[in-house]
Amino acid sequence: MSDKVTNIVLVGVGGQGILLAAEILSETFMLAGFDVKKSEIHGMSQRGGSVVSHVRYGKEVFSPMVPEGEGDILFGFELMESYRYLSLLKPGGTVVVNDLCIAPPSVLVGQETYPADMALKIQELCPDCLLVDGQNLAIEAGNARAANTVLLGAVSKRLDIEEKYWVEAIEKMVPKKALEVNLKAFQMGRGLK
Amino acid sequence: MKEILSGNEAIARGAYEAGVKVACAYPGTPSTEILENTVRYREIDSSWATNEKVALEVGIGASFVGARSLVTMKHVGVNVAADPLFTLSYTGVNGGLVLVCADDPELHSSQNEQDSRNYAKFAKVPMLEPGDSQECLEFTKLAYEISEKYDTPVLLRTTTRISHSKSVVNLGERTDQVREAKIEKNAAKFVMLPGNARVRHVVVEDRTVQLSKDGCCMPINRVEMRDTKIGVITAGISYQHVREALPEASVLKLGMVHPLPFDLIRDFAAKVEKLYVVEELDPFIEEQVKAIGIPVVGKEIISICGELTPGRVRKAFGLPENAQTTVEKLPGRPPNMCPGCPHRGVFYTLNQLKAYVSGDIGCYTLGFMPPLSAMDTCVCMGASIGMATGAVKVLSPEERKKVVAVIGDSTFLHTGINGLMDMVYNKGAATVIILDNRITAMTGRQENPGSGHTLMDDPANAVDFELLCKAIGVKNVRTINPLDLDECRTVISEEMERPETSVIITDKPCVLIKREGIFKAGAPLQVVEESCTGCRACLKIGCPAIEWIPASGKKGKAHIDPLLCNGCDVCSQLCKFSAIQEAK
Ligand code: SF4
Ligand code: SF4
Repeated sequence: MSDKVTNIVLVGVGGQGILLAAEILSETFMLAGFDVKKSEIHGMSQRGGSVVSHVRYGKEVFSPMVPEGEGDILFGFELMESYRYLSLLKPGGTVVVNDLCIAPPSVLVGQETYPADMALKIQELCPDCLLVDGQNLAIEAGNARAANTVLLGAVSKRLDIEEKYWVEAIEKMVPKKALEVNLKAFQMGRGLK
Repeated sequence: MKEILSGNEAIARGAYEAGVKVACAYPGTPSTEILENTVRYREIDSSWATNEKVALEVGIGASFVGARSLVTMKHVGVNVAADPLFTLSYTGVNGGLVLVCADDPELHSSQNEQDSRNYAKFAKVPMLEPGDSQECLEFTKLAYEISEKYDTPVLLRTTTRISHSKSVVNLGERTDQVREAKIEKNAAKFVMLPGNARVRHVVVEDRTVQLSKDGCCMPINRVEMRDTKIGVITAGISYQHVREALPEASVLKLGMVHPLPFDLIRDFAAKVEKLYVVEELDPFIEEQVKAIGIPVVGKEIISICGELTPGRVRKAFGLPENAQTTVEKLPGRPPNMCPGCPHRGVFYTLNQLKAYVSGDIGCYTLGFMPPLSAMDTCVCMGASIGMATGAVKVLSPEERKKVVAVIGDSTFLHTGINGLMDMVYNKGAATVIILDNRITAMTGRQENPGSGHTLMDDPANAVDFELLCKAIGVKNVRTINPLDLDECRTVISEEMERPETSVIITDKPCVLIKREGIFKAGAPLQVVEESCTGCRACLKIGCPAIEWIPASGKKGKAHIDPLLCNGCDVCSQLCKFSAIQEAK
């Protein structure tokens, strides 16, 4: 095992299931035998604020926070929030982002506009960017709420961890009645190029 | 067995393994999840108290009859509990007592950034500070041993990044080596009259000296020698950032941050060329190291405000920063009250009535944000009513009418009730609105004495706020439906006119409480496009479900997201054109 620590930053809007996705990631890495640390700020997360979670794994992890400019993967649940936190990503880092816009309050009331071409701007700054149609794929898998599992599948493809650990983690963390849909959603995400 | 646990979960587990019998707390971010996790272990009697002082008193009672007890709170909660804490330092314990105080550097969700380590020094009690979840578990267990061995309460300090970050933890078994609870009378130790307390004060001072000595060989205070050019004294989360940013540096990692192991510090200082202290917030370690005559660099390079990150540590040591992508300025994304929140209509009304709103701490503090913009002060839990009393003492009769104090149910029971008694007693002529949503909502829906349920999920008495207010002497008590804007306006403006204390109680639960069906199930509203004139009236309540769709050339129209709308009906009352209706 090399000493290198892999850094993943999850960003999005409160209520999108970011914390659960971060838990599944952490569980997978632990099952695969790594040291794992995860950090996030919640409290306001239920009320539509911006949410960031850091997950780091490797032989030994110290700080639970991804140092600025050292993120290997930015795992985004919403476009504007993904763009906002690009500074955490290292140059040449990977972005996997949900093709979804959620308007913040100032935009809802028409005071500001949602910035145009977020996806394009992200791709310009980070050429290694996968745009995922999470919502539609999730509906195809059987439930619109499984979009985060589709995204998780896409992220899993970019990490060198055996598939069985992912499946084991999902089985452990996802409620029984939603399991089948989520495993399907995961495979769909994993199949994306 | 290995598991990934947050610091809070690991503390709960540590308490379980240490044989704790009683756990008590008042919820407060980032400490809340500790009790939400002790409740999973049925061997521990877990409960929410009305405030932190009461929580500590419950813990003390259990300790004095021999049981191990756990008390948890956030940093500002320690201010509330400080009174019993300082004397508990004198009495010491019987069964071990651990008080967790969770600090919030960077103010992720707090009103100030105070450093609780000062309390350890001030109250003269030992304080341990874990640096990850594994240490949270181990230090909790160790804290009980120290508590009983040195006859003292022990503070366990965490910070947001420790409480809420997760790491891999090895679990152990629950010990049953702990004694039975039984009455043991010992007035000389437990009754702190001056004569007894004078004797105990000497014991306390000796204890601190002894702990400082013994701390030098406690394995939780450990020296890691690497390159000797730089030596860093650090503790808690800062240790992790130091290891990340300065992997070659020698480190003295303190697990006990009060009292400090001075001989160990002297030893370490002698072995390195240049000595630093890396700590968040106050120069707590730094000043004490300087006081024993050891030169050290600390706050000259590290800010006294805010939390550390690996990046901030690198910068402090002049290391090159990583290349970073910069992005253009974006609209912010602040939190907002939920769609259908029962507080929204009240704040809309207060804004319309141009009230001077004395605010308090809870979800309703978000009423400060535009477009509601209806909160003018917010200091600490339970303060709104007392502050209103103070304001009306000095305002002109005309301005007095504008003063309205708002307070949540949990906050009212926490410390607001004292303010109300005082207002009645001293004839303060202000209006008090108790925003009773039957839960402690802000921290994630914890039960309280008004909710009718306990933390262990047993049914419980629910405080009758109307009767309670009458019992303490409020003559004018009225209950309103906060989702009815006309009723809100009529009642609130009538009570604001009244030249004496009045209390208005709102009676709709938080939308996030699952057990109460508040709105007609599945009844989102919709905007009938043809009827919408684009007057923007409905946007004034700031509901996250209402969106403005600008139209080219014309004014635009409102739209309601059916997935977000909870059907509270407040927006439709604002639409003069009846454009907002039940979805077909
Ligand atoms: S959690 Fe409850 S009280 Fe808080 S904003 Fe949401 S509905 Fe309102
Ligand atoms: S009825 Fe109106 S105010 Fe209430 S939740 Fe729905 S959109 Fe928001």
